[in-house]
Amino acid sequence: MKDKVIGLAHGSGGRKTARLIRELFLAYLGNPILERLEDAAEFPSDRGRIALTTDSHVVYPLFFPGGNIGKLVVCGTLNDLAVKGARPRFMTAGFVLRAGMSMDVLERIVRSMGEELNKAGVQLIAGDTKVIEKGKVDDCYITTTGFGALEHERTFAPERIEPGDAICVSGNIGNHEAAVLLARGDFGFEHKIESDIANVWPLVERLIEAGVDVKAMRDPTRGGLATTLNELASAAGLGMIIKEQDVPFSPAVKGVAELLGLDPYYLASEGRLIAIVANDHAERALEVLKAEPLGKNAKAIGEVREGPEGLWLETLLGSERPLLVLEGEQLPRIC
Amino acid sequence: MEINGAMGKVDYQGVKREASFLMLPGVKAGDYVILHAGFAIKKLSEEDAKETLRLIQEMVRVEKGLDA
Amino acid sequence: MRKGLMPEDLPGILKRLEGDADLIRGLSAELCAHIKEPLTLMEVCGTHTHAISETGIRRALAGKVRLLSGPGCPVCVTSDAEIDRFIQLSRMPDVAVTTFGDMLHVPGTESSLAEQRDAGADIRIVYSPLDVLKMAQSEPAKEFCFLGVGFETTSPTVLATVAEAKRRGIGNFSICTAFKLIPPALRMIAAHPDLAIHGFILPGHVSAVIGSEPYRFLVDEFKRPCVITGFEGTDILQALVMIADQIKEDEPRLEIQYTRVVTKEGNKAALKIMEGMCDVKDSMWRGLGTIPESELKLKEVWKDFDAEHKFSLPPLEHRERFDTNGCRCGDVLLGKIIPPDCPLFAKACTPSNPIGPCMVSSEGACAAYYKYER
Repeated sequence: MKDKVIGLAHGSGGRKTARLIRELFLAYLGNPILERLEDAAEFPSDRGRIALTTDSHVVYPLFFPGGNIGKLVVCGTLNDLAVKGARPRFMTAGFVLRAGMSMDVLERIVRSMGEELNKAGVQLIAGDTKVIEKGKVDDCYITTTGFGALEHERTFAPERIEPGDAICVSGNIGNHEAAVLLARGDFGFEHKIESDIANVWPLVERLIEAGVDVKAMRDPTRGGLATTLNELASAAGLGMIIKEQDVPFSPAVKGVAELLGLDPYYLASEGRLIAIVANDHAERALEVLKAEPLGKNAKAIGEVREGPEGLWLETLLGSERPLLVLEGEQLPRIC
Repeated sequence: MEINGAMGKVDYQGVKREASFLMLPGVKAGDYVILHAGFAIKKLSEEDAKETLRLIQEMVRVEKGLDA
Repeated sequence: MRKGLMPEDLPGILKRLEGDADLIRGLSAELCAHIKEPLTLMEVCGTHTHAISETGIRRALAGKVRLLSGPGCPVCVTSDAEIDRFIQLSRMPDVAVTTFGDMLHVPGTESSLAEQRDAGADIRIVYSPLDVLKMAQSEPAKEFCFLGVGFETTSPTVLATVAEAKRRGIGNFSICTAFKLIPPALRMIAAHPDLAIHGFILPGHVSAVIGSEPYRFLVDEFKRPCVITGFEGTDILQALVMIADQIKEDEPRLEIQYTRVVTKEGNKAALKIMEGMCDVKDSMWRGLGTIPESELKLKEVWKDFDAEHKFSLPPLEHRERFDTNGCRCGDVLLGKIIPPDCPLFAKACTPSNPIGPCMVSSEGACAAYYKYER
């Protein structure tokens, strides 16, 4: 490892994060299941197919338009299972709380968690609480484990992706990260952007029920659409191309990204589904998604191809340019 | 957009922010401005924007061989 | 409704200028028809470099138009010594350094503001210098210093903030200035014996402030076609057509493509602020060397808001470190080479491990090429 110290860039979901995982974590902890680096891991069991995932949430601020850390941890965990095709069943949660944190704030967070769990039909079956001293820490960090059941014989994995497959997204991209960045209050913007946190399992369930030939799925969280599609393309050993004209953004999110000098293709969503679908099933997939309220802005944004490798964008001009994996953190800039 | 002394609010695609009009005296609500680092630095001219678009459309039409 | 009808209102017009694929493609075709021989042009401003890459224009015109990046990236041309000075400020007790985002990762001689922040320094990113005044008022025990790095679009905004601080009686606020001026750098480039630039794409927002006349010398003395250009794909392509026409007619002119924002006189109020609060001095530009009368400094009467005076900062000592480790930012900034020509590009020097500022700054040419042109 070249870096001597952990920096914020190691947590941003981009190249540094990938390097840290490969060169440190996998070096000591690697095994065939872990090395697949999927959002949720299917592990061998003689009691039916089971998937497992873990997640840590350190979002700041704790509350923002459209959600809070509680809603985020539940949906984030469930979505990791959903994109593997697993129906979320159970969860665990470990809380690290700062001494001095307001009890009322904690209650609101936990109440939110309960609401989301009830809505999703998922039970929290184990937990832990630790309190740490005041210091340079936020009020509340939550780590979860999620447990889901694969109730079918299908596999959703990058190996199944083929050239010609359609790339579909379930709605506008980047709302979550835009909302959180603005809620940090540092920039003084007034806006109506809300985080898009949501449980995407219902979308996955509909796609499976409808018999749509979905090859693989992801949710575009840390690092945004561009990073996530790059990961999929790389795992599949293929290339991808998406059209600038077709990628759905809400105008407000695009506007904020422009004002702050951020690239919207790298802004995280926490309630969106990316589905790589067999070409002749793409129309049906979009029909199914659009029939759900959560998927009303679903669009086909591009397709998989043999090469060149990596993710590419077809600009309005008609020329292609690469959309690389995020390098470090995205920083608001000015000229 | 509201004005309050030298400060006011600008609206970009539904996102609002406070901005200073210290460098643009005479600006009024409904005007479109270029924003930089929290300051409005220039007013957008609707007439000139129209003219630019018209010229561009002309250029494209000429290229396509269509009648002006 | 047929294409080509004029939208009713400004937002509609702007939307067409920003996002109409037919217009962009049509302009591109028109441009290619206008060009007889390959051209070498310079886009001066970092935002243009970025836009030209992001829209795919550079790639689409390869072979016909060579678009070189110029020194219009304020972070890129800030010298090592100036960065070291910012770092020195961040190390002072009870001083909060506030800055625009892209200064954070630029490497100085030994460190960067980002590293200092990770090590515990109070360094805050702001969108507007005005935001710092609010901070200063709510934390009176701390000294707030804003890093004034920028060209003529930015300097009046920072200066206006200083004037406002005085008006409100805010004593714990100061700025560390690095306000550079574009026209002197352009003079240097136009006069440079090694560069053969056929025409200039001039900055849109700097010109909104300074107007068109400061560039007159490029036509009168150096006979180069110049077009002050906007930032949409359509703007840039239209400007390129205008330059191509000037070259075809062998009649270099100073034209404004970005008429909806740029006027001949510029922004008088902003110019007044700069002239009233500052004097001009010589300045060391990374890569370009010392350019006479190319930087603003606060007048004596504003010394209480000048960090150099307030914190008794030693005078800048310039050492051009990067020449020794292979970094060629200087040549990139001059337009002598394009980023891929630098031996370190995308090998030792990447956005996560930058050697020079052209890779670090999101306005920098190397960063744009790394992201869009590989």
